Amino acid sequence: MSGPRRDPWSVLQSRTPARIGLGRCGISLPTREVLAFGLAHAQARDAVHASFDSTALAATLSALGLMTIEVDSEATERSHYLRRPDLGRRLSEASRARVSGLKSKRCDLALVVGDGLSASAVAAHAPALIAAFLPLAAKLGLKLGPVAIATGARVALGDEIGVLLKARAIAVLIGERPGLSSADSLGVYLTYDPRPGRNDAERNCISNVRPEGLAIAVAAFKLAWLIDASLARGLSGVALKDDSETALPREDTASSLGRRDND
Amino acid sequence: MPFHHRIKNTTYSFGSLAELLAKASPPRAGDKLAGLAARSAEENIAAKYALADVPLKSIVAAPLIAYETDDVTRLILDTHDAQAFAAIASLTVGEFREYLLAQETTPAHLSGLARAITPEIAAAVSKLMRNQDLVLAARKCRVVTAFRNTIGLPGTLSVRLQPNHPTDDPVGIMAAIADGLMYGAGDAVIGINPASDSVGGIERLLRLLDECITRYSIPTQACVLTHITTSLALLERQVPIDLVFQSIGGTEAVNRSFGVTMDLLREANEAARALRRGAAGQNVMYFETGQGSALSANAHHGIDQQTCEARAYAVARAFDPLLVNSVVGFIGPEYLYDGKEILRAALEDHFCGKLLGLPMGLDICYTNHAEADQDDMDTMLTVLAAAGVTFVMGVPGADDVMLNYQSTSFHDALYAREIFGLKRAPEFEGWLAEMGITDASGRLAPPRSDHPLIAAATQMPGAGS
Repeated sequence: MSGPRRDPWSVLQSRTPARIGLGRCGISLPTREVLAFGLAHAQARDAVHASFDSTALAATLSALGLMTIEVDSEATERSHYLRRPDLGRRLSEASRARVSGLKSKRCDLALVVGDGLSASAVAAHAPALIAAFLPLAAKLGLKLGPVAIATGARVALGDEIGVLLKARAIAVLIGERPGLSSADSLGVYLTYDPRPGRNDAERNCISNVRPEGLAIAVAAFKLAWLIDASLARGLSGVALKDDSETALPREDTASSLGRRDND
Repeated sequence: MPFHHRIKNTTYSFGSLAELLAKASPPRAGDKLAGLAARSAEENIAAKYALADVPLKSIVAAPLIAYETDDVTRLILDTHDAQAFAAIASLTVGEFREYLLAQETTPAHLSGLARAITPEIAAAVSKLMRNQDLVLAARKCRVVTAFRNTIGLPGTLSVRLQPNHPTDDPVGIMAAIADGLMYGAGDAVIGINPASDSVGGIERLLRLLDECITRYSIPTQACVLTHITTSLALLERQVPIDLVFQSIGGTEAVNRSFGVTMDLLREANEAARALRRGAAGQNVMYFETGQGSALSANAHHGIDQQTCEARAYAVARAFDPLLVNSVVGFIGPEYLYDGKEILRAALEDHFCGKLLGLPMGLDICYTNHAEADQDDMDTMLTVLAAAGVTFVMGVPGADDVMLNYQSTSFHDALYAREIFGLKRAPEFEGWLAEMGITDASGRLAPPRSDHPLIAAATQMPGAGS
């Protein structure tokens, strides 16, 4: 589409991954766009059914100096998981016994990394997000519990894990449902005083964490800001507004994170 | 109150109205997940037979959740139009279906009955209706609302322009808005789902939309779909808000899980009206609902998901919304498993909403973990357009790059207009012609990349360039 004079649509297309300026034949989509959409849908379908390598993830996180524990929900088989979210919110009996067996001491924050609806998102971005978050957690003086790596996980699985790990708050890093343009999007859910029965209004969410979406460094900063505010105020959810931007402008965020990374 | 129906040597019994409604529901994943579905196909039909004989007055007399414990029940009963109800009180559910479908029953009759029909009555009758019945009856319902334009006039279909961007980039959002406007979309609302819930970010998006609508005198309204408490905080600071958005559900407990109460809804409705920003009308609320939300929040009280959904419409109509949108395929396959279940639910939601007097739109959509694809959406759009759906979504290329799901596109809306001869809101239709985007017949003019709206997208003050 580019010629000596720049097509205004190509300028706009560079600013959004949305499918704009597709053109039309009559009122319908050109053939190339019908095929491109079909391919993207096929790839997203494949991502939903990709398998989760929790052992490899545990090794990566151990290398960051974190203690990890692998757990399963009651729905590890994929088609079962998709139809029974209730089972994805409960630990299997064996996993419950293993987490209890850790006899954890009280901690400020426990991280839970779960496959959710995109194992590929977790594999691609969870280690980087945790690596970016650790120095911020250290600066806040947070006492971290072990990291639970959960297969067949829904967000609320973290509530039960949080109780067993005696965590004041939990952050669940989980694969979001794949979109056509983003099969690898990670979500983060923060819950203060986790316990089974918590609802979504009691959680703060940072969504679309991936290089083309919310950058890893910004997501790590937001998470640290929210945890700090959550622990200070003793709550999470709709009553806790994300004012992290006013706390620290974006440019400063990037540079200060950069400095900390070099510490 | 037990209900029974006998088929040959088997007597099927249903211990309560809630159980009867659940077991009479066309099969779907969410009711199975909740353990509420009929255990066999024959039990499903036995429940329909039993339901067909229930008089409407006994549905009103038997609230599904106690009056004392649920504010949605209180709202339903306290606002029930008993006078209008007298005309239909003695009909059974089966007779009420036939009344709705009778040729003698006119749009005026149904408008007059809207406040006499409770959500449970609407849900009950829908369970006896086939898909074509849901189309035919909904088509008779007329619901017209207005803010900067007039939505829901007969022979029209409106479109929500949904210009979402994964990082709320203002230029990226303006690019999608320009794209949608050039395809003649956006008369229902230009509505952004923000990626970030930060208060400052929401305010920036609201100012961007306000600037865009003001500069080009677009007869439409803006909305940033953030939590109602955020909108209230911004309204206090005089930030330009046209429509207040909120997700709502059909029980007090599900609304609590959304962090919303009747008082908050009332307060926001009044605050947004007080700004008097609508030139054509003062409907300022935009609600979204969806089957499965109550179960998802563990707040369903043993009521099937379609009946819970209809109860959400009682909440919506108490606040005279401009738009109500069932996000039918968005909630996920654990509630609506495949294209067939999503289509059925979409028709039920549209019919129930319209019957209760709501400006009902549908997010004809699916997620990538559901057994559905764009062919299913084509079928749904065609059937819902035939049913007279008030509005649908317009997402660039049907791919929402922020919410990660597929809906309907600007092109799809043009297809529905072409097939059914549907117009846009008249004020918006006039603006498109003035801008040279459409010709005299309302069809798109030949494409031109030098249209001032396209270049302008990069030059909006809020767009930062």
